[in-house]
Amino acid sequence: MNLEKVFFGFFILLALTLNFGFFLGEIDNPDHHNVYELFAAIVVSLIATVLKFGERTQIGAVLLAASLVADLQLIAAAMVWAIAVHVTDVGLTPTVMASIVSLSGGALLANLVSTVLLTVETVRMQR
Amino acid sequence: MIRDVFPLFLRRMRTPLIAVISAYAIAVLGFTLIPGTDDQGNTWRMSFFQAFYVVSYTGSTIGFGEVPYAFSNAQRLWTTVSIYLTVIAWLYSVGTIISLLQDQTFRQAVIRSGLRRSLRQISEPFYLVCGYGDTGRLLVRALTERGRRVVVVDNSQANIDELTLKDLGVYVPAFCMDAGIPDNLITAGLQHRWCMGVLAVTEDDNTNLEIAISSKLLNSKLTVYGRAENAETARNMASFGTDHVIQPDLNFAQRLALALREPDTHRVYDWLSSVPNSPLPERNRPPEGSWIICGYGRLGQAVYAALQGQGIEAVIIDDRTDSRHLPPGAVVGKGTEAKTLEQAGIDQAAALIACRSDDRDNLSIVMTARELRPDIYLVARQNRLHNKALFRAAEPELTVEPSYIIASKILSILGSPLLSDFLKEAEQRHNDWNRELAGRIRELTGGTAPETWTLRVSQARSPAIMLALELGEAITVESLCRDPRDRDCRLDAIPLLIRRGEEDVVLPEAHTEVDSGDRVLFCGTDQALGLMHRTVNNLNTLRYVHTGEARPDGLIWRKLARRRQARTGS
Repeated sequence: MNLEKVFFGFFILLALTLNFGFFLGEIDNPDHHNVYELFAAIVVSLIATVLKFGERTQIGAVLLAASLVADLQLIAAAMVWAIAVHVTDVGLTPTVMASIVSLSGGALLANLVSTVLLTVETVRMQR
Repeated sequence: MIRDVFPLFLRRMRTPLIAVISAYAIAVLGFTLIPGTDDQGNTWRMSFFQAFYVVSYTGSTIGFGEVPYAFSNAQRLWTTVSIYLTVIAWLYSVGTIISLLQDQTFRQAVIRSGLRRSLRQISEPFYLVCGYGDTGRLLVRALTERGRRVVVVDNSQANIDELTLKDLGVYVPAFCMDAGIPDNLITAGLQHRWCMGVLAVTEDDNTNLEIAISSKLLNSKLTVYGRAENAETARNMASFGTDHVIQPDLNFAQRLALALREPDTHRVYDWLSSVPNSPLPERNRPPEGSWIICGYGRLGQAVYAALQGQGIEAVIIDDRTDSRHLPPGAVVGKGTEAKTLEQAGIDQAAALIACRSDDRDNLSIVMTARELRPDIYLVARQNRLHNKALFRAAEPELTVEPSYIIASKILSILGSPLLSDFLKEAEQRHNDWNRELAGRIRELTGGTAPETWTLRVSQARSPAIMLALELGEAITVESLCRDPRDRDCRLDAIPLLIRRGEEDVVLPEAHTEVDSGDRVLFCGTDQALGLMHRTVNNLNTLRYVHTGEARPDGLIWRKLARRRQARTGS
């Protein structure tokens, strides 16, 4: 067992599950989407991105790209949240919540691609 | 640059970046959880936005104070924790970046990728010089002085550093790696489309052999120049098609024999193959009479064989214990002591050559011999270029510098391919013929070695001549040698050879006409070379030197001139 591989797989999967947890629920209901979960998703996604740095393989490059997409989407979601609540005083209206959750949905898709690629690579290794 | 260095950078930065992200995450999370009181005394918790703001300015040690409300003690406690956490994480990553920049492998990767980029950008012919020792130094200097591009490979960092500190006029990419390994040669541009030739001039025969083999196999269109000390290496190099194999010892011995036989022929050879713009070597003719050879190494053997070929007697002095390989009559000893020299018969000898592989021995031999016989003709081998001053002070009549011999030989072939053919031809001629030519060369350049160049009559190299030929004007060698500033003056240049197809004309007459496809070899001064370039590239200049007419040119003027000519003709 390779500890590095465990670490790597753990963070990629955790990024996916946290993202999914945040995404789950009615899209425009702020009660269904916890801000701490979004925070955790962002942090784990960032760490997963850094773990993918410096890979020279083709699959490594696609993994990094998928991770960067997820980061972008999640940070965009967080920024919409912060701007709505603190900058413009609109508050967490259903419209704002819907756009935050849909942004995180995009990140979820990217994380899903990451996980699928990781699985594909693992299966191909056959050891 | 980015392709090579960036992944390395990112891989090293993984841990520090994760540390920074984790520290921020912990600090931000803590701030959102710990309660404080707002200005109305209500319990209040920071939002993620506010927490991130606070951590950002504390982490970067800017510190705006407690915003938006004064902190509670619990929050202050957490601020203390988060300051240490984030600042340490930052210091750790900055430290990693700095140590990475100083890291030897990282710097090497940066330098290497910079060299690769500059190599890719070369878009003119260049030569790959393998080995930056004494010979390599001479070659690189002479080549860059003539504006040629050079790429250097040497396995000693000290040599490479010396090269990078030198101001050579053009940028010389220098790789510090072992030239004996084919992959390294490819990295240094062996298969580059502008690589014209490989100069294998390292100090080691095996390495030179390896370079020659890989160059011929990996890029067969290259011209390969190989330095070989051993006869065996030379044969081996020649066997797989190395274009020019240079054996410095043999080369010197042959030249010595030539100088003994025909001093003026040797003079022409010597001058035309000197490194251009160095002082013109004026050497005395080696005297008739017997020789003493100190040191029976490769040079000693070559000289002995050459002297025997001329029917000249020679006595060997050598200190090898196994005297079976020495020719009969050899004296055992170094030659640095008067006794040995007297034993070898220095009182009757006409000349002495000190060709041991140690410069101190050679200098000592020269000094001792000079003391015993002030009038003896002394030749000394100078093994290391940096001992030049010592040899100059010891004043032997002739100094053998292997590195200079190799460099000048390579340069004379590389500079103009016709030159070696001309020199071969000159060697066949009589001494008197050469004496006259030597006199002309001396007059021409006044004390410096002449430059030699080849003029090709073609659309690309000399468009003006081609145009003139198309217009039906006959251009002679003489008009090419006129000064474009004042046609009554002659350029300091001598036409040495015209090659027309397979046919060679040596020292062409002044009225010889040049034709399309001809190649003309000249020798002369730098200035003459520059002026001649002007003539062959500009039709008006050419017409001026040819006819003396400074004619206005252009469509209208040409038409007018033709009309005027027709009128005067009718």
